[in-house]
Amino acid sequence: MIQVFAFYLFATIVVASAAMVIFARNPVHSVLWLILAFFNAAGLMVLLSAEFVAMLLVIVYVGAVAVLFLFVVMMLDIDFAQLRAGFVSYFPLGGAIAMVLLVELILGIGAWQAGSLNLAQRTAPLPEATPNIEAIGQLLYTRYIFLFEAAGLILLVAMIGAIVLTHRARGGTRPQNIDKQNRRRPEEAVRNVNQPVGQGVDLGGVEL
Amino acid sequence: METLAVFASVLPEIVLTIAGLILMLVAAYAGDGSARLVSWLSVASLALAAVLLGQLAVHAGGEIFDGLYRADAFAAFAKALIFVAAAVCILVAPRFFDGEGGQRAEYPILILFACIGMAMMVSASDFITLYVGLELNSLAAYVLASFMRRDERSAEAGLKYFVLGALASGILLYGMSLLYGFSGTTNFAGVAQAIGDGLGTGELFGLVFVLSGLAFKISAVPFHMWTPDVYEGAPTPVTAFFASAPKVAALALTTRIAITAFGPGGHSWQQIIIFMALASIVLGAVAAINQPNIKRLLAYSSINNVGFALIGLAAGTAEGVAAVLSYLAIYVVMTIGSFVCVLQMKDKDGRPVETIASLSGLSRTRPGLAAAFAIFMFSLAGIPPLFGFWAKFLVFDAAVAAGLTPLAAIGIAASVIGAFYYLKVIKTIYFDKPAEGFAEERSPIDYGIITLCATVIIIGYFLNPVLGRASAAAAASLF
Repeated sequence: MIQVFAFYLFATIVVASAAMVIFARNPVHSVLWLILAFFNAAGLMVLLSAEFVAMLLVIVYVGAVAVLFLFVVMMLDIDFAQLRAGFVSYFPLGGAIAMVLLVELILGIGAWQAGSLNLAQRTAPLPEATPNIEAIGQLLYTRYIFLFEAAGLILLVAMIGAIVLTHRARGGTRPQNIDKQNRRRPEEAVRNVNQPVGQGVDLGGVEL
Repeated sequence: METLAVFASVLPEIVLTIAGLILMLVAAYAGDGSARLVSWLSVASLALAAVLLGQLAVHAGGEIFDGLYRADAFAAFAKALIFVAAAVCILVAPRFFDGEGGQRAEYPILILFACIGMAMMVSASDFITLYVGLELNSLAAYVLASFMRRDERSAEAGLKYFVLGALASGILLYGMSLLYGFSGTTNFAGVAQAIGDGLGTGELFGLVFVLSGLAFKISAVPFHMWTPDVYEGAPTPVTAFFASAPKVAALALTTRIAITAFGPGGHSWQQIIIFMALASIVLGAVAAINQPNIKRLLAYSSINNVGFALIGLAAGTAEGVAAVLSYLAIYVVMTIGSFVCVLQMKDKDGRPVETIASLSGLSRTRPGLAAAFAIFMFSLAGIPPLFGFWAKFLVFDAAVAAGLTPLAAIGIAASVIGAFYYLKVIKTIYFDKPAEGFAEERSPIDYGIITLCATVIIIGYFLNPVLGRASAAAAASLF
């Protein structure tokens, strides 16, 4: 009973927040609604006992992708009123795409009602007793360890490449050198001057 | 197999990985001033990896990591070629980059990572290993192509290579997913078994897509379009690298897939390979005729050579595979030699020049360099006393033995067309009015490499027993 209740709760919030992603006027609010949708989709995955996918959704989509979206939306100066202009002229194309999606939905539901896919032939059946996070870990760190490490190298090469191609040393910047600051002694920084009365202060040669 | 023995089999890759990681940190902390040090250490680690390869080859064999990876004589042969070619490309780079505002320390490191990817490619016995290795190599190559980021042509080359390479990866992945869907496994042996039970339409589609994706990587016609532009735009040491090591890796990979994974469907892949071989030879020969740029010319020459190597593969026999490997070994020596000669082409201000016209009368200003150029060009054309002839002879011999006489005949006819443009370069060097001479620069490393390559090309026939035995042993491990 509690599962059914949880399912309808999560599902309703997913659909509602997905709708709000589209309808929200402020793009920042759209991204926040998207994050809510992701969270509730993760809840649905937990109900299906696919904990790993649930964690991926939260960590990867909410933690990284959505935050990235947020940054991009906030950094780009997009005039949404301008984007929404020309609705009528794009309506035929948009309507056609909507029709295609509708037909696909009907076909999909029809195929689903005709019976589920025959999955008996799949080469890697789900293990019965182990939770799926452990099952993935067992494969990833034993059988596929070589590829796992190599995939790590690919990411490293991508990172090096991005730095090599875009990094440039800029002159004229004044970075903070903490080491130098800490090594500075009062004797170097402070100068006692017997200032004669009635004359201006000469700061020449003093490093500010 | 024992865990330790498993990791011992991938020791060359492990050595390269650790060297790459440490050198990356050195480069990050010490800056570009450490470029020379990093270069030499990279070459040392490649040499170490090659030595380990020789040690392993003695008692190698067998699939490890549950059939994802094969350490056999075939892989060892290809890896040795790759490591040596990569080391040479690191050695010749500093002088080139010095003229372009200093070498950056990341160059040798990216080549090291590309080498790890290529080693995975030639050792792959599973489509996933293949793809991961291919991407590791390709990503490093994209960055290397646009390494001189302020140079417009270099940036263009990198972008072109990236977009077309991504397209090729997509095609390859699509083919792999089809094969996986219809055979239920990504393992080469499993795919071979499924194809052996009868080649279905789905498997055939998968096979065609996989071969198309690989044709991009070896730049075989009709998927060669990127080659001249990328070879011309990339910095010359990088072009030398592209023309040697990744070509060896991709061709060895194609050979392994064709023989071990698609083997039972022989007829269907053979006709694709035969078409690609003929088209590459003819287009490589004809399109190169009017090229004014030496790097573009060598790009078409590499397309042409890939075609000849594919003739050996089309034979589909152990002799054919051995011929492909011998061809690759000789091709690498010729190509590296030619590109190091191209690296010597600098005008009085030290800027690199690439036009063939600037080679006019080189025989009078730089007789030694001219002779080396002539040797490599004659060898690429396949003129008998030189080693390049033997390479072509081997693939034609294998094709005739496998009953593909028409293919060999067309190949020989097209190699005559190809000879025309190689001879044209030699004619420019020896018989044209001298152009403004190149800057005199004495570089013992470059001259040493050119001398070594030229010597191998001239006295190559004495190496035949060694090369023949090694390539035959390597080919035997596929059957």
